[in-house]
Amino acid sequence: MSAPQEGSGRKLGAIVVAVALIAVAGIVAADAIRLGTVRTFGPGIGPRAFPWAIAIGLALLGLANLVVALKGKAVETAPVEMGPALWVIGGLVGQIALLSFAGFSIATGVLFGMTARGFGRGPLWLTIPIGAALSFVLYVIFTKALALTLPAGPLEKLV
Amino acid sequence: MDAFVSLAGGLAVALQPMNLAFCLIGVTLGTAVGVLPGIGPALTVALLLPVTFKLDPAGSLIMFAGIYYGGMYGGSTSSILLNTPGESSSIVTALEGNLMARSGRGGPALATAAIGSFVAGAIATLGLALLAPYVVSVALAFWPADYFSLMILAFATVSAAFGDSALRGLTSLFLGLALGLVGIDLMSGQARLDFGVPDLLDGVEVTTAAVALFAIGETLFVVSRKGAADETIEPIKGSLWMTREDWARSWKPWLRGTAFGFPIGAMPAGGAEIPTFLSYATERRLTKHPEEFGKGAIEGVAGPEAANNASAAGTLVPLLTLGLPTSATAAIMLAGFQQYGLNPGPLLFAAKPDLVWGLIASLFVANALLLILNLPLIGLWVRLLSIPRPWLYGGILVFATLGTLGANPSLFELGSLLALGLLGFGLRVFGYPIAPVVIGLILGPMAEVQLRRALAISQNDWSVLITSPISAVLLTIAALAVILPIVLKTREKGITFGEDD
Repeated sequence: MSAPQEGSGRKLGAIVVAVALIAVAGIVAADAIRLGTVRTFGPGIGPRAFPWAIAIGLALLGLANLVVALKGKAVETAPVEMGPALWVIGGLVGQIALLSFAGFSIATGVLFGMTARGFGRGPLWLTIPIGAALSFVLYVIFTKALALTLPAGPLEKLV
Repeated sequence: MDAFVSLAGGLAVALQPMNLAFCLIGVTLGTAVGVLPGIGPALTVALLLPVTFKLDPAGSLIMFAGIYYGGMYGGSTSSILLNTPGESSSIVTALEGNLMARSGRGGPALATAAIGSFVAGAIATLGLALLAPYVVSVALAFWPADYFSLMILAFATVSAAFGDSALRGLTSLFLGLALGLVGIDLMSGQARLDFGVPDLLDGVEVTTAAVALFAIGETLFVVSRKGAADETIEPIKGSLWMTREDWARSWKPWLRGTAFGFPIGAMPAGGAEIPTFLSYATERRLTKHPEEFGKGAIEGVAGPEAANNASAAGTLVPLLTLGLPTSATAAIMLAGFQQYGLNPGPLLFAAKPDLVWGLIASLFVANALLLILNLPLIGLWVRLLSIPRPWLYGGILVFATLGTLGANPSLFELGSLLALGLLGFGLRVFGYPIAPVVIGLILGPMAEVQLRRALAISQNDWSVLITSPISAVLLTIAALAVILPIVLKTREKGITFGEDD
């Protein structure tokens, strides 16, 4: 990819952020309108005053960000490589997916292995067991010594 | 003199063997986590919060005090040896400290940072003990309108101080405020922004948000940097100890740094960057060795590091006396208090004097322990710095999810962690500061409650915000805090600090 294209890509990113801010403002405002039907008692402002203030603030900030972005004055953002980031995100999703039946250690081992893979360290068949072993030790410490509750699976049932 | 009596009572609590052990565990864990590259005190405290869940409040807050100071200390070690400041207030320490390390004077740089932190921490903690009772007596006269204006002041300064642009700071702050809306409105019982999801009724957990934004967001940011090479750790060559000349050049900057750091940190405005920058600029002007600045001058480490620590202790003044967090770390500590149903503020001093003074006294103990622990163990901390990044970040994510699950064992919470982590990633990529999001999230609902109380008392008369003298003064300062930096910035465009790399 040539340099100018990358520059315009970054400008596009900043514009997307500004538009997203305005969208969030819209969501908050829509919720405030919904609350408008709620009757409040006594003096003072009701539950919708703050949402309105925040929605208006966000919308104005979104517009200001949009102006800055369109002028191309947005802060130079670092070039982003999504591939490695997707490994890490995948690890987090994998942990959530596995947690309820595989238990804390195995699910978190997957997170550990895939994160390490994102940073360029493999292979997964080695790093996932390492992560699972580490998580198992943490599981024992935190549930036995610190009395926290963590999701148990086949491995955890052994202790 | 009351303060000394209370403090003595606090020391009696802090020196109980069990509490002393908690404090020791706290400083050790705090240093060990804080020293890891890219992890600042805020994340250190957030990651280690679950460790304290099941302890009694006194023990856990004492451990917290240790974690806080340990995290600060560990952060300066990695700033000096790696030049990766974990937070904006260590940028200045990293500036001269890393240059000292590169020229083979890493030992004295770490020593002056450690001893300077100790001196600053001891003086500032004493300041906290002396000042707190006065602020409490003032705070007892605060009406809801005054509290609301105080929070507006905090919003104004937080968004102006964090990050380089007020627009970006405010944007982050408002995102935090919007997140703070989620859940049941305590005054009317109405659900807001819940989208029909029952799990959202309790709102967004501050600790989950802090861990997600700082740990997950940061990990994703680091992993996505193209061709980012591993940082080089400067080995410590030569003597670890400071020479007589080092001492002579360090003690005044320590004291001056403390004099900048504590008052600024103690103001409800807060912010640790300003005193560190002021201290750096002052030392640069006063030094007898101007030629060394920019090449590794010991004054440039001693002063800012003292300022940083003094302001960290100063931050506890508004946190403990007013319940007002002015830094991300303080916001997470406030969440820590709340998990025990404790609300910091003037009433806590009256209701739980043992707890508050025990906490203040343990700050002294933590400070002393750190000095004893860290100088001899420096080799061990340096070894922690060299953990390869795949293992380091893998471990950080394991801990982040462990903490979230420990606090609230639900898949939904883990999903929120991921979603907020992606938000943090986006903010980092586009250069928006993270800390105002956390502050907005915790302070927004508090500000709303105070404003609604104020208006209920005044029968919807908004002028209560300016007719109360305290409130009027606070709002004026808030306006100045937004306007002044813009004026100053346009004036001295030439001077810029804090551009990393």
